Amino acid sequence: MSDRHSYEIVAGFMPLLDSAVLVAAHAKGFAAAEGIDLTLVRETSWASIRDRMAVGHFQVAHLLGPMPIAANLGLTPFAVKTIAPIALGLGGNAITVSNGVWARMAEHGAAANLDPSSAGMALRKAVTELNGQGRPPLRFAVVHPFSGHNYELRYWLSACGIDPERDIEIVYVPPPLMADALASATIDGYCVGEPWSTAAAKASLGHIVTVKAALWRSSPEKVLGVAASWAEREPEALSALLRALCRSAQWCAAPQNCAELAAILASRSVIDRPAAWLEHGLSGALDTGGGRIVQIDDFFVPFARGATFPWKSHALWFYSQMVRWGQVAHTPANAAVVRDTYRPDIYRRALEPLGVALPAANAKVEGALVSPTPVGSAGASLTLGPDGFFDGMLFDPDRLDAYIESQRR
Amino acid sequence: MSEPEHTLSILIIDENRLRAAVIEDGLRDAGYSNLVIVHDVDGIARRIADISPDVIVIDLENPNRDVLESMFQLSRAVKRPIAMFVDRSDQAAIEAAVDAGVSAYVVDGLKRERVKPVLDMAISRFNAFARMARELEEARSQLESRKIVDRAKGILMKTRGLSEADAYAALRKTAMNQNRKISEIAESLILAAGLLAPPEDQ
Repeated sequence: MSDRHSYEIVAGFMPLLDSAVLVAAHAKGFAAAEGIDLTLVRETSWASIRDRMAVGHFQVAHLLGPMPIAANLGLTPFAVKTIAPIALGLGGNAITVSNGVWARMAEHGAAANLDPSSAGMALRKAVTELNGQGRPPLRFAVVHPFSGHNYELRYWLSACGIDPERDIEIVYVPPPLMADALASATIDGYCVGEPWSTAAAKASLGHIVTVKAALWRSSPEKVLGVAASWAEREPEALSALLRALCRSAQWCAAPQNCAELAAILASRSVIDRPAAWLEHGLSGALDTGGGRIVQIDDFFVPFARGATFPWKSHALWFYSQMVRWGQVAHTPANAAVVRDTYRPDIYRRALEPLGVALPAANAKVEGALVSPTPVGSAGASLTLGPDGFFDGMLFDPDRLDAYIESQRR
Repeated sequence: MSEPEHTLSILIIDENRLRAAVIEDGLRDAGYSNLVIVHDVDGIARRIADISPDVIVIDLENPNRDVLESMFQLSRAVKRPIAMFVDRSDQAAIEAAVDAGVSAYVVDGLKRERVKPVLDMAISRFNAFARMARELEEARSQLESRKIVDRAKGILMKTRGLSEADAYAALRKTAMNQNRKISEIAESLILAAGLLAPPEDQ
């Protein structure tokens, strides 16, 4: 027995590719090396993770980036104050449509290259055509109202001239059930984290038409949600966990570990699907349907380019979309709650001893970097970007009001 | 003669039919007659709009809870906003419910004293169901042990020419000497026989 302090931490997670950093922290011993007895519990819904955090079954959890924000704004039932002191990577989602919708999109000029602009244009023509024939609107699914998926799908559709509330319908389906819902024609398309788009492509049920990394490169997705009361009570345990997750993220990012990571994630207790499915998402070489492979840069980024840093500008962008789609009213008080939810201060304090790159700023102008750019940092040097939105827009967190105003419907 | 609380409309959503029946039974016994049971959440939005339940009881493990909650948020399908549990401040009730694996949603503004008995009943029935499932599992493993002991007896009778009673006595004696269960001794014996027996005997 070592004489080191031992921290007991129970973490909830959902069966998704981007649980990788949390899962590998346990499987590869990074948590144990920090004196943490980490127990991972797979859950079946985000609601269940939230409830079990609220009653103290979980101290931390794999959460959708907007979830802690929604909780602190009082938008979800039964939520406790939750902070996000570390992100669990960037990107990782894809948008898939049924074979029928894909055939119509192809008629209207969609190319199988995952380009969001041409795919969106073709989808708009298909939607106009279908709605003109008096058919019920196409139905797209996302995983949760407060999710990156919901906001990126709506952002893409809107930018391509499709009104996500009038021209189509958006419904909610749990990630592992997406491909089945497509198969039963309950839905016509969906936006979800891997491997649940690959699942449809492999079963010849649908085609991947674009990906999160193409809509907004290096964009935020999951975070580690931490019960604020626990974080206050156990700052050392939290710091130890953040160090373990940082080392895990580094390990997950190394290409030579791809096959081993895929095997860990594929196991029955994690995602319970073939490792080959996960390798697509980890390598960015996506099978978009019918065996066609398209290589996507930065499809899922676990570590590079500050991928684990909890940028306040990420939190504020999520918030801007909550306002855009009527989930919350924009007030200075609400914006302040959002800023306080993501905690770069805790991140820096915990990771300083590791000598990893620590961004000097807490927020950045999103979409401003067209090429990899060195930025101010403590510890190792840091390169950010490219991080553009596909429609060339910028999000400046210092001009939040103007951004919200520009998207007012 | 119906008491006011018994007019509550309750929707039970559970993919486990047996457990749903156990909860339904408990609530009926307690005098609640306005119950609807749903096993499959397909098309649930319209069902909820039709039923307009005051209380929804759903198992915590149900993957469709996010779907359900998003419906409440949209409030197009459901006319009245629904909040979770009786009262956010009632931490003990919430913990008991989550521990039992049940989640409940109630119409906002409904008095907690009207809903509390429903939640309490659901919690106790969920716990009873978990206990029953555990006992069933134990019974199954007991049955399994008996089969194993029978096989071990058969091996002893065949290889050593013992009577059934003597074979059982031999197993029992070994178990007592080694301070182990008879089924464990029987298991090792079957394993050993399997390993040692010539192929044609298997």
